[in-house]
Amino acid sequence: MEATVTHPIPVSKPVDCCTDRKTYDQAVPRKNIMWVYIIVGFFGLVSIGSYAMHEYYLYLSAYLWFGFIYGMCLQYGRFCFASAFRDLFAVGVPRMVVGIMIATVLFSITSSLVASTGWSTFHAAPWSMHAVIAGLIFGIGMVFAGGCASGSLYKAGEGNGVSMLVILSISVTQSAFVDVGGWANKLVPKSWAESALTKGLPSSINVSDGWVDQYLAGYVWDQPIITFAKLLGLEDNSLVGAFIGNTLVGVILPAILLLTVVYIFWSRKRFVMDIKANEGRSASFTDHVRGFWSMITSSKRTAIAGLFLGIACGLQMFVIEGLRMKFGVKNAGTILQRLGFDYGISAKGTVFDPGYWYVTTQEAQWVGWMAQKLGFNNMDNIYFGWVNGIPSPAINPADWMSVALIGGAAVMALMNNEFKWKKPTRELAIWALIGGALMGIGSRLALGCNVGAFFVRTANGDVSGWSFGFGMIGGAYIGVKFFNWYTEKKMAREMANIDFDI
Amino acid sequence: MAMQFNKKEAGLYELDVTGYVCPHPQLYTKKVMEKLHSGDKLELVFDNPSSAESISAMCTNEGNPIVDKQRDGAKFLFIIEKG
Repeated sequence: MEATVTHPIPVSKPVDCCTDRKTYDQAVPRKNIMWVYIIVGFFGLVSIGSYAMHEYYLYLSAYLWFGFIYGMCLQYGRFCFASAFRDLFAVGVPRMVVGIMIATVLFSITSSLVASTGWSTFHAAPWSMHAVIAGLIFGIGMVFAGGCASGSLYKAGEGNGVSMLVILSISVTQSAFVDVGGWANKLVPKSWAESALTKGLPSSINVSDGWVDQYLAGYVWDQPIITFAKLLGLEDNSLVGAFIGNTLVGVILPAILLLTVVYIFWSRKRFVMDIKANEGRSASFTDHVRGFWSMITSSKRTAIAGLFLGIACGLQMFVIEGLRMKFGVKNAGTILQRLGFDYGISAKGTVFDPGYWYVTTQEAQWVGWMAQKLGFNNMDNIYFGWVNGIPSPAINPADWMSVALIGGAAVMALMNNEFKWKKPTRELAIWALIGGALMGIGSRLALGCNVGAFFVRTANGDVSGWSFGFGMIGGAYIGVKFFNWYTEKKMAREMANIDFDI
Repeated sequence: MAMQFNKKEAGLYELDVTGYVCPHPQLYTKKVMEKLHSGDKLELVFDNPSSAESISAMCTNEGNPIVDKQRDGAKFLFIIEKG
């Protein structure tokens, strides 16, 4: 059916309705192609040039190119964890829940393969209700901000100024939150303060000053570490433990259950109505199986992105562990010291080096590094001073990954002719700052974001991953309820003088 | 730019959410579609690429066909008919 109305957008050619992407997509301008070459060329030069200086830089380049792949996948699939349950609750769209479950299952399979060879870089996190509470705070924040931690990175690559503000807010909030002491010490339960003092931390880490320090050393570190393999009495690094415990029981079965619930409550109704209208009969069990499958395949871009993301995430663990073996190191801190970079290394000689996809800590680090340069002493807390350090962003492996993620997303956006510089409006800037701050706090309470605390942990059979996920779902629900009320109010004002035809 | 909603002529409305990020475009679209009558059309203008996927899926689920999709770079125009 042809459009019968005039439209305000000048287009290069008329397009047929409705869903054929070949006609919907447009030719890519030469300027975009030039920028694609510049971005790819820049990262290529960084990799080749740094390798020419020393082969240790291969380690940083591995992070860089995996980040680049993640950026391309995220932009191609419009892959944002925030939209998963937000769009389900707000507008009844399950495509992103499906995409995330596909990615998680694929990642889990590749992770288990890596784990069973003993090359996994993954370490499960302590589990307790703190993961659910942190997920709840993070979930509200990601709805307010309009994107999760990884989604904000890829949208920044599309030229989105709101997402850049979100990244800034997450970064500053985390950096400040981990160093808050003084009056905040009065909020620390006595049992945490006492327990923290027994952990034998060096005097350079003033563990009795800082809310987050005492939360970590006095509470989180005392919680049990549980994986699905261990719950079944199996070893995480055994073939059976990894595949049966962590992948089948920990990911595939819960993912099928979750998607079945989503189908029953959000997709089934439309499918049943279509069968009734087209074939004049009720839907059978076989029809529902077809309906379930059509829900899975309804957004091919998202499903394809999930598939590639899942494989790449597992592969990164394998490659990083391989490089650690090659260079005889357990952490990038040793590599940086061998290269002559001593600044910002933690008290135990480490820097943040997860060995897999991660987003938020490197964001806290660059602000922490700047604060240190401005004269603030933030190396007396556990987060920076004992564990992650604050190396210069120029030689921080995880920062190479995030910068390349933005670059990869920019390349994909340019190739799809979707790159556009967008200045944030005041309204969206406020939401970005509030949402980013909530995500920053949630990330530090959970020791990770939607990627580090949910995606990576869940895929590796860590029970705390699902706990954070359930909290995120609750947070998304609260955020959507609020935005429903907010948009309702705004629409009522806009529609006040509109005469709707009867 | 702030969100704008106008009636262009009988049975034809325009919603411009240019500059907005998720979830605003899909939420405003949903709220407008709930107000329209069967056969009415909405010209929806937005520039948030990820909203294109969500709005397409939402319209399919709710039985409101998108009768035309146009693009000018990162700016999108969907014409949605209330089912």
